[in-house]
Amino acid sequence: MDNQTRNILEILEQDARTSHEDIAELTGISVDEVKQKIDQFEKTGVIRKYKTIIDWDIAGEDYVYAIIELKVTLQRRLGYQAIAERLYKFDEVRSVRLISGDHDISLTVRGKSMKQVAFFVAEKIATLDNVQSTSTHFVLKTYKEDGVILYETEQLKRLPISP
Amino acid sequence: MRQKCNPTEFLAKNLQSIPPSGIRRFFDLVSEIDDVISLGVGEPDFITPWHIREACIHSIEQGETSYTSNYGLKELREEVCKMYIRKHGIHYNPGDEALITTGVSEALDIAIRTIVNPGDEVIVVQPSYVAYIPSVIFAGGTPVPVSTDVTNNFKITPESLEAAITDKTKAIIINYPNNPTGAVMKRNELEEIADIVAEHDLFVISDEIYECLTYSGAHTSFASLEGMKERTILLNGFSKAYAMTGFRIAYALAAPEIIKSMMLIHQYTMLCAPISSQVGAIEAIKNGDTQMQKMVREYDRRRRLIVRGLNNIGLECFEPEGAFYAFPSVKNTGLSSQDFAESLLNEKRVATVPGDVFGSCGNGFLRCSYAASKEDIKRALDQMEEFIISLK
Repeated sequence: MDNQTRNILEILEQDARTSHEDIAELTGISVDEVKQKIDQFEKTGVIRKYKTIIDWDIAGEDYVYAIIELKVTLQRRLGYQAIAERLYKFDEVRSVRLISGDHDISLTVRGKSMKQVAFFVAEKIATLDNVQSTSTHFVLKTYKEDGVILYETEQLKRLPISP
Repeated sequence: MRQKCNPTEFLAKNLQSIPPSGIRRFFDLVSEIDDVISLGVGEPDFITPWHIREACIHSIEQGETSYTSNYGLKELREEVCKMYIRKHGIHYNPGDEALITTGVSEALDIAIRTIVNPGDEVIVVQPSYVAYIPSVIFAGGTPVPVSTDVTNNFKITPESLEAAITDKTKAIIINYPNNPTGAVMKRNELEEIADIVAEHDLFVISDEIYECLTYSGAHTSFASLEGMKERTILLNGFSKAYAMTGFRIAYALAAPEIIKSMMLIHQYTMLCAPISSQVGAIEAIKNGDTQMQKMVREYDRRRRLIVRGLNNIGLECFEPEGAFYAFPSVKNTGLSSQDFAESLLNEKRVATVPGDVFGSCGNGFLRCSYAASKEDIKRALDQMEEFIISLK
């Protein structure tokens, strides 16, 4: 990866709303070049989406999150991809990952209440043909989300002038 | 009644020749004003990476709270020496050519005391870090400032160096990447300096604390030049690269005879660098490169922002290629560094450091540290622009 690409992606990963003008100043390339590069990243899927990390607790929306680990059975001509497709199409499912270890697939599910999540898992997930077993872990508190610490207490204390 | 004491009469004479610190004065001014945006800070705006702090905490929990060898932990010296082979191809023996110190500040002091006799002249390339000249004076030496100029991008020229050398000249102190200018010197430019150093049989104290913060090409260590390893006391540390300023941890690399003598002072004055800091330094050197490089890329982006911003608002600024300082000229405003910096602080609450505190040739310049957030840099630039317009 070239330096310019890394620079632009690091800037956007930190703050997706950084303007093209700012990115140009920070990287030393022209605004047009920045636009071109970002268009290219969007086209090729390097940049998938721009989204916002929201603390729904503070906003006053009581979402319930759960991590569901699944054991699945594979059938002839039906690999993990096909199972993942059946899972990720549910709106309640926020992420789907193939994992190593005791389980095969890990889901993050979001619902309005524990009851709703539990029923969703019991009715929609556990009943799928390929799903052998499920193990549900409710999230009690999120401290860090996708690289962003939500309960940061640390503050840099520096003298205002130093040699 | 007993005779009254006047403590002033007891002060050592050589201290009186040291002028009050210009930085100190400015610090006092800034402290009286609230909500200052500071571009005046000479340290990273990152907190030490967690893995380093965690290693220190763990070592304290494990009871690693004792003195270490006077030279410093063997493992740290070995890691430092391995790094110099890897990065610069210079071979130092961790047994007798490396000394772990309490910051480069201590290393600088004992390096000078190790080679300077009263009356010896030590050339200090300016603008320079504020401790060089006082440290030479503390050792009884005579500092000889040599100016660098923006027209040469604040690099030493062979002519100016030659002109400052007398038969009393013992050593020269250089610092690239440079605080306060951000200047770097390339290998071929350093070679010219090395020629003069060898010709006049001088010693070099090379403060390379900003080594890792080099933005255009690789840093050349002075000791890596042919014939220079034996003539150089190389000073470097962890403060800037790994955001570890408060840990006070650094090292000196030099010939065994030199390290042995530096050790002599170190063992009676410092004994050893704090063990927790040494443990943190081992962790930094072994596992810190990814995060360090990320910080360097961040500085590099801000460097572009501030240099272009300063030029846009009419403060001409050459491109600094190292450290985290921009050094714009304020000469076209008609104000001295001090007046500009003080008015800017009082009227717009932006703190910078007037260039003349780093030597008289720094007058007409400002040191603006970009170890500050992007937002602060932009706000500071806006304020500075308003200030400059108000001068017209």
